Amino acid sequence: MPVEKKVKVIMAKLGLDGHDRGAKLLCRVLAESGMEVVYTGLRQTPEMIVEAALQEDADVIGLSSLSGAHTHFFPRVMQLLKEKKMDRVLVLGGGIIPEGDIADLKKAGIAAVFGPGASTGEITDFIKKNVQRRTETG
Amino acid sequence: MCKDGQKPAEAFSRNAGTSPSGSSVAEDLVRAFLSGSVQAAARIITVAENRDPAFFDLMKLIYPHTGKAYVVGITGASGTGKSTLTDAFAALLRERNFTVGIIAVDPSSPFAGGALLGDRIRMQRLSLDPGVFIRSTATRGHLGGLARTTNSIVKILDAFGKDFVIVETVGAGQDEVDIAGTADTTLLVLAPGLGDAIQNMKAGIMEIADIYVINMADREGVDRLFSQVKMRADQDFDLRKNAWKAPILLTAAIHNEGIVELVDAVESHRRFLMKNGRMQKLRREKTKSEILHLLKEEITEHMLDHFLGEGQFDELIDKVASRRKDPYTGVREIVRTILPGHA
Repeated sequence: MPVEKKVKVIMAKLGLDGHDRGAKLLCRVLAESGMEVVYTGLRQTPEMIVEAALQEDADVIGLSSLSGAHTHFFPRVMQLLKEKKMDRVLVLGGGIIPEGDIADLKKAGIAAVFGPGASTGEITDFIKKNVQRRTETG
Repeated sequence: MCKDGQKPAEAFSRNAGTSPSGSSVAEDLVRAFLSGSVQAAARIITVAENRDPAFFDLMKLIYPHTGKAYVVGITGASGTGKSTLTDAFAALLRERNFTVGIIAVDPSSPFAGGALLGDRIRMQRLSLDPGVFIRSTATRGHLGGLARTTNSIVKILDAFGKDFVIVETVGAGQDEVDIAGTADTTLLVLAPGLGDAIQNMKAGIMEIADIYVINMADREGVDRLFSQVKMRADQDFDLRKNAWKAPILLTAAIHNEGIVELVDAVESHRRFLMKNGRMQKLRREKTKSEILHLLKEEITEHMLDHFLGEGQFDELIDKVASRRKDPYTGVREIVRTILPGHA
């Protein structure tokens, strides 16, 4: 009897950035919606996050940044995922991300960026919709 | 559970069916796994967690490669420092050139079904070491301190070539003792400041320790806890005529203190098990309970599948809820239809 498949999420804080209230809240919100969420903690490098996603067989990576280093770190995560052939992983960004940076991040492969004011339901729905699409179409 | 012609696991449905070489998806995946692919190992664990249809085929291919790893269980109440201790313990094993697999179990929500898996936070220094594989896993409603699938994941990491597999249980209270059936050596982690002497005299988790670890030994209350645990350990040794006397170690894992002594104590226990055929006996016992467990699961599921499909179940619930039938008679009637001549 197969067990219901759970969406597995890696939630990570990149670099020198201790602002983790948002990331922690989102961990709870996603777990409440039935997902299995691995919180990696603070001060992660892109290499650490991708390695964790690999070992955990993650479906989703949530990257939180409130330090302004997102233009450096987020594309680096995408590059490493590509190198490891982990293209199916859905990557979301969140935190303080200026509007003007979003287009570039999306071009790098970040599926969506959720800033202050985004509702938690919006994020959960986005994941559920897009993770499903990915497993259906490969 | 894995019927012929059934669609392979969703987890790798992108290349479903057979490969150009004619081998099955399961065979290809296991081949990649045995040649060291972390991605293949991670995927196989997911298949095990989800009990996808490919699970039995995969485990059949993996089983011949198991039996080499030494399995250490780390259990104890939540907040006693199990993850930090796991981190320090694994780091020292790496210094001694052993490879390590870590299975960190955390509870699933009984209401929402999701889980927050936070053990990795304490294991940062291991995260980029290619000799370490860490998997966080949720209990998904299984009681006993482990997930239903933890034993299978131990086998997967064993076959993956890890010298040690460390299983960190959920925060265990008094009766979460499944780990003793999984590990070769079980460490029970205690910390000062939780409960009085009577707690340490009770049955259950205090009995399964091969090694007692009093962590956070730099905190107040350590001497009192030590003397309580020592009394317990001495009594168990005398009352049960055990051949192994569980030692009590003091650690402060966060400062890396006492870890060398702990690894040495595990090594002593391993040497003890290696003598007089103890290890063979232990592993035979585990094999026995594992087969029994699997058999019960399979039988239960197949019968329930059959029975729940008949629509009788809803009917019975209605009857019992409205007091037209008692559940005891109802259950015996069902068993009689499935197993004629029984009950």
